[in-house]
Amino acid sequence: MTQMTGAKMVVQALKDQGVEVIFGYPGGAVLPIYDELFMQNDIQHILVRHEQGAVHMAEGYARSTGKPGVVLVTSGPGATNAVTGITDALMDSIPLVVLTGQVPTFMVGNDAFQEADTVGITRPCTKHNWLVKETDRLAHTIHQAFHVATSGRPGPVLVDIPKDVQFATGSYVPPREAGNAHYQPQVKGDREMITRLVEAMETAERPIFYTGGGVINSGDAATQLLRELVEATGFPITSTLMGLGAYPASGKNWLGMLGMHGLYEANLAMHDCDLMINIGARFDDRITGRVADFSPGSRKAHIDIDPSSINKTIRVDMPIIGDVAHVLEDMLRIWKSRGRKINKEGLARWWAQIAEWRAVECLRYRNSDTVIKPQYALQRLEALTRHRADRYICTEVGQHQMWAAQFLGFEAPNRWMTSGGLGTMGYGLPASIGVQIAHPEALVINVAGEGSWLMNMQEMGTAIQYRTPVKQFILNNERLGMVRQWQSLLHGNRYSHSWSEALPDFVKLAEAFGCKGIRCSDPADLDDAIAEMLAYDGPVIFDCLVEKHEDCFPMIPSGRAHNDMLLAADAEAFKQGAALV
Amino acid sequence: MAAALNIQKGTSKHSAYDLRDPNSDVIERHTLAVIVDNEPGVLARVIGLFSGRGYNIDSLTVAEVDHTGHTSRITIVTVGTPAVIEQIKAQLGRIVPVHEVHDLTVEGPSVERELALFKVAGAGEKRVESLRLADIFRANVVDSTLESFVFEITGTPQKVDAFAELMRPLGLVEMARTGIAALSRGA
Repeated sequence: MTQMTGAKMVVQALKDQGVEVIFGYPGGAVLPIYDELFMQNDIQHILVRHEQGAVHMAEGYARSTGKPGVVLVTSGPGATNAVTGITDALMDSIPLVVLTGQVPTFMVGNDAFQEADTVGITRPCTKHNWLVKETDRLAHTIHQAFHVATSGRPGPVLVDIPKDVQFATGSYVPPREAGNAHYQPQVKGDREMITRLVEAMETAERPIFYTGGGVINSGDAATQLLRELVEATGFPITSTLMGLGAYPASGKNWLGMLGMHGLYEANLAMHDCDLMINIGARFDDRITGRVADFSPGSRKAHIDIDPSSINKTIRVDMPIIGDVAHVLEDMLRIWKSRGRKINKEGLARWWAQIAEWRAVECLRYRNSDTVIKPQYALQRLEALTRHRADRYICTEVGQHQMWAAQFLGFEAPNRWMTSGGLGTMGYGLPASIGVQIAHPEALVINVAGEGSWLMNMQEMGTAIQYRTPVKQFILNNERLGMVRQWQSLLHGNRYSHSWSEALPDFVKLAEAFGCKGIRCSDPADLDDAIAEMLAYDGPVIFDCLVEKHEDCFPMIPSGRAHNDMLLAADAEAFKQGAALV
Repeated sequence: MAAALNIQKGTSKHSAYDLRDPNSDVIERHTLAVIVDNEPGVLARVIGLFSGRGYNIDSLTVAEVDHTGHTSRITIVTVGTPAVIEQIKAQLGRIVPVHEVHDLTVEGPSVERELALFKVAGAGEKRVESLRLADIFRANVVDSTLESFVFEITGTPQKVDAFAELMRPLGLVEMARTGIAALSRGA
């Protein structure tokens, strides 16, 4: 057994786990580890400006590569600052390994300087966490942390390492000798239940695939199998916000995103279907609307690796616990071996019905010659970047996020980084840096709102320092747009604290950070301005001044049934109470 | 028989429990046995799960049961609708140091026992009566002064409740209960 200090062990364990990049911020309780980082060149350390930024960067890195993201922060405030990002990763099932420094073991519980009960604080927002009290346990614990973060339903884990454990010497164990204890989630689905699902697929008149982030987390095999299954059966497919890209937006069976701001045809098809096949999604409340009225006439199958997702909110007829790729492989094989049957007549009628819903053109908006509509800005961004296979999009949270999901098309998985479950404003800028670190040559754009963007704008310093040419495409309406929209629709136009009276000059801000700033307010100039952003070799802050009072439609008002959608044309009547029955 | 009860095939793979209406609003009481790694924080994870997700705990006991394997057994009595009970079990199963979750209420017959200590103070006929009742309930006297007894009683929670009710008018001043320990019957 190799003897080494705890600090060296941390770096060795990361190397042995294949880690190339970590995101972090030094402080008293992690200095021994930073000293070890200084003396090696295998692992790149990205110095952030705030620990929350480190976690979101690691999320962007993880989501765009399929590998776990690694974070290193100090005790106390370092750890508490990381909590929002860790919770975000838990909600969106992003694999992260967060290493925190802790005061020495003999000081724990003493209210020492920069002490916080990190494992206590992060217990509900991690998949699992550990406080390491002996250096001999450290290597094993870090290897175990990687195993737990990446197996089953992925998620963030945290290892809290007191400073004396970092200084002390102990024996190092490599990953293959560490063992993975009993934590081995089931990946193969129940064959009998899969066969039942295949039988249902053979006769269904109005089937639909409802896919989620689980497909992307399962990996490239799952994406390939999903595409094969959809093409072979000819069933329509919709996806949650987290699952965009698993099936290509240009695919002929694509209905678009579903949910609160999903497409009319996607939500109506979910409501009226007779067979719903949920693959790696979790019946989130933004999808179901009022649970009692959710897709009342359908048989439902649910494929999920997490048993606690099954029957949590929606009772399903065919629960299948397993990894998406494994289950889809079995589904395809069984379906093929039974003669590739589908209900052709039923399916033809179903597509005819969907065509009628599509004809509503739910994303239509009134464009303008004088002011840039946010939808138009995204349509132009899409038109000018769609050809780039290496395009990665991040978002912040709010109206711009929903418009981006509606108007940008994703052809491949791992190209779309957004905060879905927790809805964390301030996610997008650091996430875009994490993506760019993983893909230095790619085009990485953060579609942002000015409100969200300001929440973590200090990370522009990180972008400059590491020469990550991230494009910050800010749809600036000088409002907290989604808050304003709800106040408009549901609170009598009383815009309580939903605008900022003192926004910075984003172009000057870009100059102050040392990057390029572009402002555009005229629709006629937009294409040239976007082209200038794309051509610039370095980070850009693009201040796109858009219509201040645009609402995001379609919309399922909170608490309504999911087929009770508000389209742009209905909004005035809704506001006046006509639709509020 | 399955058809008569309107059971959907496949929903009853493991136990008769799943034959009941999953959408029932009836509140049920279930005793769960959870086998966990005996490591720091494991009880906090279990309790945090119940408080964080709004589940109820009627009784909870925990102790190490396998010293060499470092496993503890947590016995939890909880109440909820069938859907909530199922969700509680799934959520418990998701905790990394949890090895097994057993629902003793549906996995067949089981025995439940609780230990309680009662301090009863008094003199004269009440004192004699408390001793007589303790004998009927097979409670032991584990401490005695001229003015008081401490009784030790073991039994089902119902038996302990019944004993408590009888002791109350006879001078019950303090009581301590361990919560329920439970095992399935048979091998």
